[in-house]
Amino acid sequence: MKKNGFSVIGKPLPRIDGPAKCAGDTRYADDMVLPRMLFSRLLRSPHPHALVHGVSARRALELPGVHAVITGADVPTKFGIMPSTQDEEALAVDKVRYVGDPVAAVAAVSEDAAEEALGLIDVDYEVLDPILSIEGALAAEDHRIHTWNRHANIQKAVSFEFGDVDGGFEEADEVFEGTYFFQGNTHLPMEQYCALASYTPDGKLTLWSSTQTPHYVHRALSRVLGLPMGHIRVVATPVGGGFGGKSDPFSHEIAVAKLAMITGRPVKITLNREESFYVHRGRHPVKMWMRTGVKRDGTLTGMWFRSFLDGGGYSSYGLATVYYTGALQTVTYELPAYKFEGVRVFTNKPPCGPKRGHGTPQPRFAMEVQLDEIAEKLGLDPVEMRLKQVVAPDSVTVNGLRVSTIGLRECMEKVAERSGWKDKHRALPHGHGIGFAASSYISGAGLPIYWNDMPHSGVQLRADRGGGVTVFCGSTDIGQGSDSILAFAVAEELGLRPEDVRVVTADTDLTPVDLGSYSSRVTVMTGNAAIQACGNLKERLFEVASEVLEVPADDLEMEEGQVRSRSLPDRGLAFAECVERAETRFGTLGATGSYRPPRHPGDYKGAGVGPTPSYSYSAAVVELHCDGDTGEIRIDKVWIAHDCGRAFNPLWVEGQVEGSVYMALGEVLMEEQIFRKSGVHKIPSILEYKSPTTLETPPIETILVETDDPEGPFGAKEAGQGPLLPVIPAVSNAVYDAVGARIHEIPITPDKILRALDQRLKDPTVPEFTFPAPIRWAPGQGVEVPQKS
Amino acid sequence: MSDSETITGKRLMRLRVNGEPHEVAGHVTHSLLEVLREEMGLTGTKHGCELGECGTCTVLVDGEPIYSCLMLAVEAEDREITTVEGLALQGRPHPLQRAFSDLGAAQCGYCIPGILLAAKALLDKQPEPARAEIEEALSGNLCRCTGYTKIIESVEQAVREMRGQEGTRA
Repeated sequence: MKKNGFSVIGKPLPRIDGPAKCAGDTRYADDMVLPRMLFSRLLRSPHPHALVHGVSARRALELPGVHAVITGADVPTKFGIMPSTQDEEALAVDKVRYVGDPVAAVAAVSEDAAEEALGLIDVDYEVLDPILSIEGALAAEDHRIHTWNRHANIQKAVSFEFGDVDGGFEEADEVFEGTYFFQGNTHLPMEQYCALASYTPDGKLTLWSSTQTPHYVHRALSRVLGLPMGHIRVVATPVGGGFGGKSDPFSHEIAVAKLAMITGRPVKITLNREESFYVHRGRHPVKMWMRTGVKRDGTLTGMWFRSFLDGGGYSSYGLATVYYTGALQTVTYELPAYKFEGVRVFTNKPPCGPKRGHGTPQPRFAMEVQLDEIAEKLGLDPVEMRLKQVVAPDSVTVNGLRVSTIGLRECMEKVAERSGWKDKHRALPHGHGIGFAASSYISGAGLPIYWNDMPHSGVQLRADRGGGVTVFCGSTDIGQGSDSILAFAVAEELGLRPEDVRVVTADTDLTPVDLGSYSSRVTVMTGNAAIQACGNLKERLFEVASEVLEVPADDLEMEEGQVRSRSLPDRGLAFAECVERAETRFGTLGATGSYRPPRHPGDYKGAGVGPTPSYSYSAAVVELHCDGDTGEIRIDKVWIAHDCGRAFNPLWVEGQVEGSVYMALGEVLMEEQIFRKSGVHKIPSILEYKSPTTLETPPIETILVETDDPEGPFGAKEAGQGPLLPVIPAVSNAVYDAVGARIHEIPITPDKILRALDQRLKDPTVPEFTFPAPIRWAPGQGVEVPQKS
Repeated sequence: MSDSETITGKRLMRLRVNGEPHEVAGHVTHSLLEVLREEMGLTGTKHGCELGECGTCTVLVDGEPIYSCLMLAVEAEDREITTVEGLALQGRPHPLQRAFSDLGAAQCGYCIPGILLAAKALLDKQPEPARAEIEEALSGNLCRCTGYTKIIESVEQAVREMRGQEGTRA
């Protein structure tokens, strides 16, 4: 930090992209038009499960205006986000696995012509029985959705035992068990999927796409199209909302790229809203079973958790998701022994993937509801019970995760205090209730998606003789403000105003790799890379400034557009002049910085999911009214406290927290991705897939708790996903407080409340399943890891 | 003005957009949204469903907020159409635009043009709306990023700024 503290960090200054977005001047993917551009549409399967014996485009190609039709045979190479589960095809080669699975793609002079052509493509399907439930997938031993995986329809089954689990339960005074179900839901960003490809006569391909992960799209295009990565440029256009839904490489991206190569003309595709429900990659439906042992005072002695994930038709991020359902139960409250078993199955539904909180909101719901029940049974206040066993800072959990700073205690105390918890809990009139829950999330995944030892984020910095500074980084602004993070980090380090820093991002030709906007990684990783790049640039600037100002380099700082002496404040050199002198001395000025997360102690197979530079923490109190006659819930208010390390910019952090609360309320009250028995999506439209409007969104009181984490840039942690987590169980716990009904299912809809009040709502069931033998690990076994803190 | 169709089935339309008269060739079956974006290059107006469900494509027609995906362009002929590109006054952002930008109401920003116009329609009729009136006026516009909090606060901030400006003028 500088002598006078931060100049832009921590201040409620506007984002750099705000004016353009509010002027309608920001160019999203579908706003782009290229000369000679063709339009594409995808033919999608009407069957949830069928063999494809042949696809004939003959009649479609005769239609005036149709330039090309491609099928699975044109792009047969399998791909997928995770290297070990590459099971997707851009267009079905011989099988379709959900209603909406793409089969063919058309390029035509207009969207209307392309749409008409779809009706003239003949597909020879052999319809197979669909598998539509977790139980169905586990039971259908001889009826497989995929053939690459070892056991029938199981994509991945995992099992771990950390510490002395049997001993933990023996030591318990009480053991609680419960089953839970979290229904799937989808991201529903306001911008639909869109991609535009151009293949130029020099043999170079460019793809502009609304994607959160241009680097992974780059890799997938190279693999499927057989072009070297150096001949492909992927540009992520400003993303009109992602929430995890635009993190995979997609069929439509590969299809327009191939069509552009075939036709020699630019090809654009914009998926309609209905299609976005088929592309999906949203929240997994998860059935859960949780057993928790406690002492009479509420101290946890052990936990055993099972999750069953309904993955849909393909793997997507599922390998990571199944691990994530078990990884983070240990980082909030001291847990001496923990057993986790999880399995993800294939079903004939759109593939599930990462949605805000990726695999962790479901178990957090189960855990925080069970803790509420435990507290009640033991006659303890649920906040007090948790406060007594908050994980210690700088400690290692039973599953080998290193916790650095932890502001959970303060989060819990603050929301309890602000909401008047003590006076309201179990004291409000019938129909009026209050509920509490807490949670944690990662500030970026500790490992990259494909195994490598390279940086997760890279930044290049250019300073020119006019004093202009440009920062280049592969990061992708999906609305969370990552472009502004770069501008502010560089402005802080170089003593400039954010508006004086140009930002070039998300372009694989121009910007160093950043892995993408997922796992809440961007602020921490790009921020650290930017600070390092600035440090390297400053070395040169300070070398020349030191000579000019006749003060030692370590006495210099950059502030208010100057390089100046800390001890003799009247000695300063304008930034532009300093850059000019440095360029004269050293030649063209540039600097780079990069970031890789620290290792964690866990060294068992599967320990790669859960580690992060720092855990964020959240706590929420929800107050609501629940009508016992109609089952209707009205949320009165949400109090949310979030440990964000340092508020990089309090306005933006609040915005992320408020948006997380909003999305959580949608999930807990109304949103569900549901299917008919035929495998057809029940509600693939915004009208029927309900999400909260201004009228359903309550006042949200946000409290930022700052812990100044040593791993974070300027001390910052994540803010974009974690605050979603506690709101869902807090609503469930508040419903119980209001009407005495325990709802173990998400969403909590009026019909479930009425059935629960009539004692007709059964607890969710979990399937019979034999998990593999567990991998055992205990603290002390792991690797010694040097840490910053 | 002839109503005859062009070889691609288009017809010449007279559209008055952001105070300027335009003659545009467009399909009679195309929505105002399509003609604004595809024939006139006014891509500030976004689309989220093209079925009248999300409010993203909101523009003003004779001062009333409408979903431009649900109105045929020919229905808007000879009426006063306002899009986000027409909100700024003599190159200066509208107080709503400034407040939305300053308070971080635009995250991904995709729903913002429609919300700005819905808010403008409200303030043109009711310059001092209560919070409940703001919520009601914006209830037809979905935003998935913000939880609406910063959006509503921005409208209130714009109201304060506009009140201040009027005070100065008087």
